[in-house]
Amino acid sequence: MLSAESLKKIDYELTKYPADQKQSAVMSALAIAQDEKGWLTTETMDFVAEYLDMPSIAVYEVATFYNMYNLQPIGKYKITVCTNLPCALSGANEAVTRFRERLGIGFNETTADGRFTLKEGECMGACGDAPVLLVNNKRMCSFMSNDRIDQLLEDLSK
Amino acid sequence: MINFEIDGKPVSVPKNGTVMDGANQLGIYIPHFCYHKKLSIAANCRMCLVQVEKAPKPLPACATPAMEGMKVFTHSGQAVTAQKGVMEFLLINHPLDCPICDQGGECQLQDLAVGYGASASRYTEAKRVVVNKNLGPLISTDMTRCIHCTRCVRFGQEIGGIMELGMAGRGEHAEILAFVGKTVDSELSGNVIDLCPVGALVSKPFRYSARTWELSRRKSISPHCGLGSNLIVQIKQNRVMRVLPRENEEINECWLSDKDRFSYEGLNSEERLTRPMIKQGGVWQECDWQTALEFVANGLKDVKEKHGAESIGALGSAHSTLEELHLLQKLVRGLGSANVDHRVRQSDFRADSQMQGAPWLGMPVAEILQLRSLLVIGSTLRKDHPLLAHRIRQAVKHGAQLNVINPIDDDLLTKVRNRAIVAPDKIVSTLAEVLKAVVELKGVEIPDDTKNALSTVSASDTARAMAASLNDNKPAAIFIGNLAQHHPRYADICKLAQHIAQISDARFGVLGEAANSVGAYIAGAVPFDNRFGNRNADTAQGRHGGPGANASQMLGMDDPASGTGCKAYVLLNLEPELDSYNPRHAVKALAAADLVVMMSAYKSRAAIEGGHADVLLPIAPFTETSGTFISTEGRVQSFNGVVAPLGETRPAWKVLRVLGNILQLDGFDYETSEQVRADVLPAGNDVSAWLNNSLGSLAVSPIEAGKENKGSEGLQRIGEVPIYQADLIVRRSEPLQRTRDAAAPLAWMPGSLMAQLGLQSEEVIRLKQGEGEVQLPVAQDDSLPANCIRVASAHPSTAALGGMFDQITVEKS
Repeated sequence: MLSAESLKKIDYELTKYPADQKQSAVMSALAIAQDEKGWLTTETMDFVAEYLDMPSIAVYEVATFYNMYNLQPIGKYKITVCTNLPCALSGANEAVTRFRERLGIGFNETTADGRFTLKEGECMGACGDAPVLLVNNKRMCSFMSNDRIDQLLEDLSK
Repeated sequence: MINFEIDGKPVSVPKNGTVMDGANQLGIYIPHFCYHKKLSIAANCRMCLVQVEKAPKPLPACATPAMEGMKVFTHSGQAVTAQKGVMEFLLINHPLDCPICDQGGECQLQDLAVGYGASASRYTEAKRVVVNKNLGPLISTDMTRCIHCTRCVRFGQEIGGIMELGMAGRGEHAEILAFVGKTVDSELSGNVIDLCPVGALVSKPFRYSARTWELSRRKSISPHCGLGSNLIVQIKQNRVMRVLPRENEEINECWLSDKDRFSYEGLNSEERLTRPMIKQGGVWQECDWQTALEFVANGLKDVKEKHGAESIGALGSAHSTLEELHLLQKLVRGLGSANVDHRVRQSDFRADSQMQGAPWLGMPVAEILQLRSLLVIGSTLRKDHPLLAHRIRQAVKHGAQLNVINPIDDDLLTKVRNRAIVAPDKIVSTLAEVLKAVVELKGVEIPDDTKNALSTVSASDTARAMAASLNDNKPAAIFIGNLAQHHPRYADICKLAQHIAQISDARFGVLGEAANSVGAYIAGAVPFDNRFGNRNADTAQGRHGGPGANASQMLGMDDPASGTGCKAYVLLNLEPELDSYNPRHAVKALAAADLVVMMSAYKSRAAIEGGHADVLLPIAPFTETSGTFISTEGRVQSFNGVVAPLGETRPAWKVLRVLGNILQLDGFDYETSEQVRADVLPAGNDVSAWLNNSLGSLAVSPIEAGKENKGSEGLQRIGEVPIYQADLIVRRSEPLQRTRDAAAPLAWMPGSLMAQLGLQSEEVIRLKQGEGEVQLPVAQDDSLPANCIRVASAHPSTAALGGMFDQITVEKS
């Protein structure tokens, strides 16, 4: 189901918790599984549940609670734009408009070539850098003016 | 103890007690939804907000620990404002469909909305709608009504032992659901219906069939497992509409198993027998009671004249009441026969001559929680005793060690300390190992009656671990489950287990298979004499001058050629093709008889079509008669009929009484069932003097001999009774028959055996026991012991097979 490499990473996470508290590693295990598969299928969640010795529904609860877990297929790059107040005051809405124009998609949609998915995000804790966005949950981009958005899309399109 | 004050009244609660505990003690009602005394504290509905002196904000009563000198106000301005605010939020998304909601009239939200809700909503935005979920045939959902109290989720985690429901999403997107594509299959699942404070989870069979205020509530007792759960049966127009738990902390707490809760659907089954029927010239005809009873009486007289009284036999199910079983045995004994039994699924009767009393649990049910070590032998625990299994799970949660010796490895949903999953013919030797280990541990002599058996045995590590677990953790107990009771070497199992219990100072108990397993002994529905205070028992003798024939002899199960079968049978609440150890032999024995009288609430299809019955007498199920059950812990519980008998159905005790009168037998002049009970229990409801598991001086037969199968040459059948096939009523409960637990039997076998026989999963094979043959698909279960095939008994599709634990052969078809 998951590659040996991913399992090794999960096993490493498991070392951080007592042996009878395996389910403490569920968030990292899901993140590792998602890194490998791109998104979390029912089978993947079932596998993680079995691996961590917990009910599948409990894994599902976690996976649906946090919006960084993708429960639907997504494009190669998931761009999550913060639209909370500080970002909105500093031009988040313009940034979103720029994405819509450049990519031809709205929130929760994926471009036809399967490269980009646009998501609406909540505060990322970097309001001083507003407007901010996340690429694939891990790379944060700050001060997203139209120029920087164009630059970002150009870099990612390569 | 912590002393504090609620609404000016002083109260004290133990350390770690909460404000809610104090309020409950004082009888002050604090509105709440998510709080439940049996579940963990979630504090997520916020309805129980109260004002606490010096606290800047209102606090949830259920989760606020009581503090010394604290002053709590539950109905102050601040508290009520907070509660009203919470209620407004709860009602924002709740639909206004009370008029069509099954919960209407018994809905906590509805009730509290009267007290705390505003008369009109200030909310003008769109309400959310949540898609309904399919949770199986028992629970119906209206998820838009859910207020996310998570009681159902916590029930699964904490009581059911398996988390099948969860809360996905968050905030406005939160919803209760089962994992993608799954249903709720726990044998305790129906309890979430009671727990749900709104109409989100309601009973599927009951749905839209009545309003709660039209129902009358009557008390009753469950006729299924040996626990004796207390019931509230709800009636409308002389029909049982619904069954709910009646709280009894010492028995079922506030829970019910699905079997107890939904079996009532079987009471309204179309298969109910409503008029007596007689078969004449091969054709079944309805007749009146007078004709039927005279036919039966003349038939019995004829058989007595032609073949002697000892060729009359009676078999009653232990799901029948104390009164019914007492009159049944009184009838046959009055006719001069001692052939009466209720142990139709038992196959080993060697202990009969040594029994000192009725086998029972050996302790009160409520004390299971205090146990620190347990050994369960041969049991489909969760399926046969759903709520006892729950008690054991709770005990394990509190630190008890659970040890299991079983031919199957079904998930008990709890931690098992030591397990020995062995073939049926290894159970005795495994127990002998544990006994040996206990003997060595304590440095005592091997008991005399097992010396012979133990000479060749040496204890394995698992046996030593079990012995140590029982010896080192007190209190400890050993329980014998249903599989062991049906086992061909039950007497040896019992005796060995008793020795282990005695030496390690553990309690010993037999898990009662049916509601009246203990009562059946006390009523005298056993073929041996006056040991249970039964004064009628010694008036009749069996054919050999000694005790009468037991169930196995009567049904020719030992050896059909021996001719021990009777010429006339009276069957009470039994379907022999499903309820006996060896259905094939049983049906054969009945077919060879001159007269078979079936007293049953149902037109058993096999009896009508198969032709092994001659008379069908419609008798009342537990809801239509008064009676008494004695539960496995020896608790005597009487109940009244809750509805009038259907059609011309009559309570069985009345039928037997009239039959006794027609036959001019002495002592059948009962006016009420209470008089019958007084006859059985002259000293009242304390039966403790008759409860005794001891088997006297019975010697354990050598380990590798006896009736045990030789493992190498044949395959052994493990024939458990499926949960929803155990008695006549559940068999006809349509919703229970649609659950996953009621799925048709498969031929389960370990992968090693499949490889050896060259079989694939789902391949249909022919299974044979003697001349009996059935065809079933193969299924793989690697937890089964080698050379074993698990084929459920008590199911129409396997009724053609033989003994539940006998050899079985497999052929490709």
